[in-house]
Amino acid sequence: MNTQYGSGPHDGSDDGSNTDYVQILDAGGNVRPGAEVPDLGDEELLAMYEAILLARRFDQRAISLQRQGRIATYAPMTGQEGAQVATSYALAPDDWLFPTYREHAAKYVHGMSLASLLKPLYGHRDGYAIPDDVNVVPEYIPIATQVPQAMGKAWGDMIQGRTDRAVLCHFGDGATSEGDFHEGLNFAGVFDVPAVFVCNNNQYAISTPRDRQTASETMAEKANAYGIEGVRVDGLDPLAVYEVTRRALQKTKNPVDDERRPTLIEAVQYRYGAHTTSDDPSVYRDEEEAELWRERDPVDRMATFLESRGILTDERAAAIEERVNERIQAAIDEAEAYETEPEAIFEHVYEEPSERLQAQRDELERLREKYGDDAFSEVLQ
Amino acid sequence: MSATDDNTRGPPTDAEVNEDAVTDSDGAEELTLVEAVCDGLHTEMARDDSVMVLGEDVGKNGGVFRATEALYEEYGEQRVVDTPLAESGIVGASIGLALSGMRPVAEMQFMGFSYPAFDQLVSHAARLRARSRGQYSVPLVVRMPYGGGIKAPEHHSESKEAFFVHEPGLKVVTPSTPSDAKGLIAASIRDPDPVVVLEPKLIYRAFREPVPEESYEIPLGTAAVRREGEDVSVFTWGAMTQPSLIAAEELAAEGIDVEVVDLRSLSPLDTETITRSFKKTGRAAVVHEAPRTGGVGAEVAATIQEEALVYQEAPVKRITGYDAPMPLHAVENYYLPQAVRIQDGIREIVEF
Repeated sequence: MNTQYGSGPHDGSDDGSNTDYVQILDAGGNVRPGAEVPDLGDEELLAMYEAILLARRFDQRAISLQRQGRIATYAPMTGQEGAQVATSYALAPDDWLFPTYREHAAKYVHGMSLASLLKPLYGHRDGYAIPDDVNVVPEYIPIATQVPQAMGKAWGDMIQGRTDRAVLCHFGDGATSEGDFHEGLNFAGVFDVPAVFVCNNNQYAISTPRDRQTASETMAEKANAYGIEGVRVDGLDPLAVYEVTRRALQKTKNPVDDERRPTLIEAVQYRYGAHTTSDDPSVYRDEEEAELWRERDPVDRMATFLESRGILTDERAAAIEERVNERIQAAIDEAEAYETEPEAIFEHVYEEPSERLQAQRDELERLREKYGDDAFSEVLQ
Repeated sequence: MSATDDNTRGPPTDAEVNEDAVTDSDGAEELTLVEAVCDGLHTEMARDDSVMVLGEDVGKNGGVFRATEALYEEYGEQRVVDTPLAESGIVGASIGLALSGMRPVAEMQFMGFSYPAFDQLVSHAARLRARSRGQYSVPLVVRMPYGGGIKAPEHHSESKEAFFVHEPGLKVVTPSTPSDAKGLIAASIRDPDPVVVLEPKLIYRAFREPVPEESYEIPLGTAAVRREGEDVSVFTWGAMTQPSLIAAEELAAEGIDVEVVDLRSLSPLDTETITRSFKKTGRAAVVHEAPRTGGVGAEVAATIQEEALVYQEAPVKRITGYDAPMPLHAVENYYLPQAVRIQDGIREIVEF
């Protein structure tokens, strides 16, 4: 395993005693002795911090919107923003991102607008539509199904000679139990495709703890079974995640000697909050457990690191906070003003709608004209 | 007595029980549908040690809809099992457990996440009896919440009952009332063959009704007449029973007398009740939230053609979800059959 940047301390995580992972910042946000800070300029580091802070504030606002009944079920990411932002920061614009329903910040950093992240939560599928210049596929909700698809995308690009681009695929610890995880990684190894697989091990698949998901000591070691490299990184250390991801992406494009292109990265993190706003973690875990992880919070660590270098000042921090909140508010306003027409149900089912589907569209239109839209408001009334 | 009494055994009807009582003198508690599912599991686990529950988050968490609440505390981790996140693994393991003599009840967290288990269900659970020439059977229950109308995310709202109904060797049931939920769960667990229990999550907590404390079965393959009528038969199931009944009451004011038949069992179909109702009315609508093409409504319509053609006064009308992916929630209520659509469709049949 790749641990040249220094191993982490025992962190009290419940996934066993193995805290042998890549770390650049210690729990307090100081650069570990002997660790090398990624080659990023001050502005890039500040931008990364701003994106991490934006992710935290976005999460807080989204949870609040759900509680007010303005949006539907939301999957929070607090605690995981650092890994999401850092993995996407490592991507080149031409690289492709395969996110899950929790990777809001990863999608945003790789080019999706904040309003588009919110639209599905307001019930509009149009939020999944991807602008032509953004290489993000619609988020995956059925678990692990993206793994073989990401492999296939990387494979297709490689076959067609697009060797300057890679695919980065996210999934969680629970996904490693699904057949699709095995099949996707096995294909990736066999066909040696330019793909990086990121397991966001946040310790829980809804209520199921990591040690119930697999008897393996780590998620990263599963890579051994596929003949590819596995790397374990402190997922609450944005600099370490960035560096590990950057190196993995570089290897997909320029493998040296007999290196195989794919890498499985296990980003060890913790879901501070609920699985979704429908979930109540107090039923299945101890709140004290989260506190141990909060002591290594990615927002705080990044802020401390930047402050110690004189990059983040009080003045800059205040400006960032204000800008972030303004952006989120603007996105909420845009998403709330958005409307989906009922005819949209029938759009994009096929390139050419069948006659039967067109007849069904006409049928709904006729019923709406006859009875008015209020008649369609509640199924049980 | 009504046709309802001909077709059901066990639970008392609303009229027989004081609705205000939490527990009536006969030991019937007021439960929601999801509570009745849980009560059914509890009752069966109490009477048969081989019954076990397994799935994602069914143990300590009590299920994401609380359908297995408190079972873990009552029966322990050997019989109420939080599995790794793997639907094919859950159903495949359940087939093996059934072969070993257990009575597994597997939960698929949502129907939209059951597809990894499809191979295990259709290639193996459904046909091991046939392949072993009767030597082995797979007494397995697979429960899955299905259907729309709850503002759920993508993939959480589909109604794909036709996938399972199409498979010989599988039985498929769906309750529309709490008391039926308990009775169908019991009958499914005791059945010697694999049964898919589809739970309409839109009405998981929509209303309460008295559910007997004791164990009872609703026999698989029996429909229930929810409202008797002379003019038109509506065949429906699950969450769509409710808007069908609302539509029937509205139409009664116009002098149209609608019979509402809740099929409850989609495989096997209660063709006797379907045919009897249609012979009386000569006109029929099928209401389901699944897409129209290839839906179970087509099977009902074909059954009517085969069994009661000479009684037919009008085409059988399908009032269904559309042949498009289930939309997200901003417009999902336009996708689902509403009382207004059902009324409109019934008027069309009557005026034919």
